[in-house]
Amino acid sequence: MEMMSGAEMVVRALKDVGVKYVFGYPGGAVLDIYDALFRQDEVKHILVRHEQGASHMADGYARSTGDTGTVLVTSGPGATNTLTGIATAYMDSIPMVILSGQVPSMHIGEDAFQETDMVGCSRPIVKHSFLVKKAEDIPVAIAKAYYIANSGRPGPVVIDLPKDIVNIQESHPYEFPENIDIRSYNPTAKGHNKQIKKAAEALKAAKRPVFYVGGGAIAADSSADIIALAEQFNAPVTNTLMGLGAFPGTHPQFVGMLGMHGTLEANKTMHNADCILALGARFDDRVTNNVAKFCPHANIIHVDVDPASISKTVNAHIPIVGSVEKVIEQLKPHVKDITPETQKEKLADWWQQIEQWRSRKCLSYKTSDEVIKPQQVIESLYKHTNGEAFVSSDVGQHQMFAALYYPFDKPRQWINSGGLGTMGFGLPAAMGVQFAHPDAISAVVTGDGSIQMNIQELSTCLQYNLPIKIISLNNRALGMVRQWQDMIYKGRHSHSYMESMPDFVKLAEAYGHVGIKVDHPSELDDAMARCMAMKDKLVFMDIAVDQNEHVYPMQIKFGAMDEMRLSKTERT
Amino acid sequence: MIKRRILSVLLENEPGALSRIMGLFSQRGYNVDSLCVATTADPSLSRLTITTQCDDKVIEQITKQINKLVDVFKVSDLTDGDHVERELMLVKVATPTEQVRAEIKRSVDIFRGQIVDVSPRNYTIQVTGPSDKLDALLRTLSESADVTEASRTGVCGLARGEKSLKI
Repeated sequence: MEMMSGAEMVVRALKDVGVKYVFGYPGGAVLDIYDALFRQDEVKHILVRHEQGASHMADGYARSTGDTGTVLVTSGPGATNTLTGIATAYMDSIPMVILSGQVPSMHIGEDAFQETDMVGCSRPIVKHSFLVKKAEDIPVAIAKAYYIANSGRPGPVVIDLPKDIVNIQESHPYEFPENIDIRSYNPTAKGHNKQIKKAAEALKAAKRPVFYVGGGAIAADSSADIIALAEQFNAPVTNTLMGLGAFPGTHPQFVGMLGMHGTLEANKTMHNADCILALGARFDDRVTNNVAKFCPHANIIHVDVDPASISKTVNAHIPIVGSVEKVIEQLKPHVKDITPETQKEKLADWWQQIEQWRSRKCLSYKTSDEVIKPQQVIESLYKHTNGEAFVSSDVGQHQMFAALYYPFDKPRQWINSGGLGTMGFGLPAAMGVQFAHPDAISAVVTGDGSIQMNIQELSTCLQYNLPIKIISLNNRALGMVRQWQDMIYKGRHSHSYMESMPDFVKLAEAYGHVGIKVDHPSELDDAMARCMAMKDKLVFMDIAVDQNEHVYPMQIKFGAMDEMRLSKTERT
Repeated sequence: MIKRRILSVLLENEPGALSRIMGLFSQRGYNVDSLCVATTADPSLSRLTITTQCDDKVIEQITKQINKLVDVFKVSDLTDGDHVERELMLVKVATPTEQVRAEIKRSVDIFRGQIVDVSPRNYTIQVTGPSDKLDALLRTLSESADVTEASRTGVCGLARGEKSLKI
């Protein structure tokens, strides 16, 4: 058996589980592991500028590939700096493993220098965690962590490594486990047959069906199956914010995103449906609006790999625990007799109704000769990337504009912090995406507020030559906060305005990149074209947009799904 | 309808497993009335009994959330089926006079408890049974004497008959 130090075991086990990139930052408790990293070149380490950045990079890497992202940080502040990233991944069910250094075992509990109870701190926001006690346990802990992170409902897993067990002076036998068996952990993948039959009957009987598709469909790589099933049933399909791309944004059966800032037709379709097939979506409050008024006519079929997601907020009539992919496969034989032709006839009235809602064109907006509208920027980005870019987003108005005005046709193309709503997520996430897809366009849609929350990573971008395209919608304000203040607080803009914005162009230049300032609508298209033409450069587009633009449609609080404001003056 | 529930959980006997369950209760806003935990006949497993007050929807969520924890094998709600539940209590009472001693002794006998420690001014009493029996004894004792302190284990329980929680 091969003998090696605990530190070498960590790096070797990472290689053995197939890790290509580790995003991290060194420090006292992990110096031995960094020494082991230095002496090999199979696992590549990416040196970030802040540990939060590392966690979002690993997250973006995971979201864009489906592989587990990996983070390596030191104890204490290194570990706690990743917590926001861990919570972000947890809320969106993203597979990630965080290796944190820990003070030597004999000093745990003594308030030693840079000591923090990382397993305790992260407990509510991880799928599982390990505090490894012996060097011999390292390979098994790492193998288990990656298995847990990326099976069932995926999520982040923390491995805390006390410094003494990774000591480079000591040798231990290394054995990587061939099979991982965790006797208390057996995630369900297949649905219950009786439930599947019931679902098939309900779908066949439906006169006003809708498919409601969430992030779970992307995690299960089930896009092709969903498209086939939706086409067979001729059913309208809506995606959640997390599900964008799972069903193509340009497909004629797509009615748009649903929820708080969903399209009128998506929310109307849901509210009036007689049968909802929820695939890997979790009926969260940003979708349902008032649960008591939620879709009163619908027979709800809820497919989710996590039983705890079913009937958590909205009661499902036909609950099915299983992965979206497996359940659709099981469903197929029961719906063989359904053909698109007969369905077209059967759903003619339903589609006529949906077309009528669509004809309201709820996403239309007025352009101006003076000032750039944020929606226009996203449309320009779409045009100049042929709709094929990976778009990572920060959080706020720009996020909703990107979600609504960039129709995503492929899963994993849209990368955003949907559940936690983490400002500062976009840039590092786009970097993770770029590492995974070096030849693709990795764009960030951000705002003047969000971009400043992890702007230090511009330095990392230079170090690794990441040609990210930063599309910053600069409205000189925290737009979404300002929108709520306009709507609810009579325009009292409490601290949603920043007095002194940096010169973003100069800032980008100072970090060694290209900055482009765009002020006027007439310059937008040219500037976007120039940005995309600079294939090898990071370009920071600082685009001045209309400060007074609100995101519409918007659900009215405490209302049903389809009770919405359509503009500053119109409502449903 | 809010009612009292007894949940029995079988989990890995590993450090951190208990804190994950308790953390889940606080993080999701569930109440814990009592908690009783120890290793089982198989030393690699622990068994945990939790009592809580909640409605049907919440108990369904609690059960599912606990089940989701990687360390947990099984969760069962004992409340709905036939079950045996017991709690153990140790109570220390002040016994200043012969009359109080006699009175306490009678009460303890009626409740089928035992006096397990005697000192010149105190009795320590042990009693087991369902929680309401322990409550009743405490009330009775405090009517005739000063209860100095009491320590209760919290409820532990098993389903009656063939049903069992095992891996």
